[in-house]
Amino acid sequence: MPVQAMPADENVALQVRNLDFFYGDFKGLSNVNLDIAHKKVTAFIGPSGCGKSTLLRTFNRMYDLYPKQRAEGQILFHGKNLLDRSQDVNLVRASIGMVFQKPTPFPMTIYENIAFGVRLYKRMSRSAMDDRVEWALKKAALWGEVKDKLQQSGLSLSGGQQQRLCIARAVAVKPEIVLLDEPTSALDPISTAKIEELINELKSDYTIAIVTHNMQQAARISDYTAFMYLGELIEFNETGTIFMRPGKKQTEDYITGRFG
Amino acid sequence: MMKLYTRRIWINRIGITLSMAAMSLGLIALLWILWTLFSKGFAALNWDIFTQDTPAPGTEGGGLRNAIVGSGLILLFSMLISTPVGIMAGIYLAEFGRVSKFASFTRFMTDIMLSAPSIVIGLFVYALFVTTTGGFSGWAGSLALSLIAIPVVVRTTENMLKLVPTSLREAAFAVGAPRWQVSLKVTLRAVKSGVVTGVLLAMARITGETAPLLFTALNNQFFNTDMNKPMGNLPVVIYQFALSPYDNWISLAWGGALLIAFLVLAVNIAVRVVFRNKDKR
Repeated sequence: MPVQAMPADENVALQVRNLDFFYGDFKGLSNVNLDIAHKKVTAFIGPSGCGKSTLLRTFNRMYDLYPKQRAEGQILFHGKNLLDRSQDVNLVRASIGMVFQKPTPFPMTIYENIAFGVRLYKRMSRSAMDDRVEWALKKAALWGEVKDKLQQSGLSLSGGQQQRLCIARAVAVKPEIVLLDEPTSALDPISTAKIEELINELKSDYTIAIVTHNMQQAARISDYTAFMYLGELIEFNETGTIFMRPGKKQTEDYITGRFG
Repeated sequence: MMKLYTRRIWINRIGITLSMAAMSLGLIALLWILWTLFSKGFAALNWDIFTQDTPAPGTEGGGLRNAIVGSGLILLFSMLISTPVGIMAGIYLAEFGRVSKFASFTRFMTDIMLSAPSIVIGLFVYALFVTTTGGFSGWAGSLALSLIAIPVVVRTTENMLKLVPTSLREAAFAVGAPRWQVSLKVTLRAVKSGVVTGVLLAMARITGETAPLLFTALNNQFFNTDMNKPMGNLPVVIYQFALSPYDNWISLAWGGALLIAFLVLAVNIAVRVVFRNKDKR
């Protein structure tokens, strides 16, 4: 059993229980158990191919798009299993947002990039929408840079701005959880610092789960850290503990750079 | 070692010479055709072509007004039919039915239609539409041409949509959008200019088609805008006039051929402009 300090029950946003994941015949995750703490940042680290992105993509059922991928087990969200066939995936994704490795602005204006997701589940007046767009862009620390060019294409922004636009798009629909899949690996150090600052501010309103290749980043921004290896959760604990006093040899080897 | 190197240089020279020769052969043929077309076509071009209808046998002068208007109407309606059908089928193939049996069957049939001889398509419409609706008509012509244009639009739309990065599609799903919204509002929009190009190329393709119109729109030597009646059109007029014994008919055929060449050229230029604007964004 992995060494873990689970957060107390009422502070749990997602409970992962006995989760297995398959890519066709290949088993990508085996028997993962962990709790994602409410309004905290949980980081997933581990070498490439260890299953950390796979795990993140089960939280919003992204794997559903691919017929050969399937998950077994339970992911409890408000007492219901997200993996149930009866769950409406679109509703799941509206309350569990995601930001990807590469910035992916939609081919429309900056304003429409934000409004697109909001409009899917809410009918609102033009002025209410204006307010929502401004609110989301402020949340993503992008408002000051784009307030005069909301009608320009989202593709005209720089890479770092595009990524913050994607974060704004994700928070605009007011989800409970935001999943970040290596959100800074395609960005320069300054843009990375801005995104990290942003994550720090966002955690007062949202539960955040982040996959990162960068251990320093995990140490800087997360409250809990999960170390994964070969599809298994090796160790899960408070970030300080994982980095200062890891309970497992494998974790220690990885964070000290002896393998990975 | 030097020997091997010299050998390679010679093989390179021979290869370049052969490919240059092949290219010039093709280019000479093309320039020859264009030269003949321009010299004879320009001689035939005058205002009468646009203001007068095709002349009766044995009469002087005359123009191509009825054929130009007829071709325009037939092209317009065939594009109005084939654009939505083709784009929707392309979306189905790329977004909804990537792995389904029905999609691969559709894809296979589309490929067959792409290479079907156009005269077969003309006969098909004749047998199924002309004989049952009581005769040749502009509609039959539009229908035949759209059957040729649809597979072109389907394949370009599908291929363009397949170029959309997975990350963009996933990002659209990640905000909770249903598949039809993802397709129409995000991925199709991302490849808009590519799809427009496909539509324009399909139009260029059917502009000069003669065979499918022979048994469908037939021809009409009088000015007619009623799509339910046989309709004059440039390709068939060119075909008939070029084989005629009358000098003014032959000259009109050259003029018509030049007009079609110009139209296809204009469409191709439009395609390039569309793509250039896309690069600038």
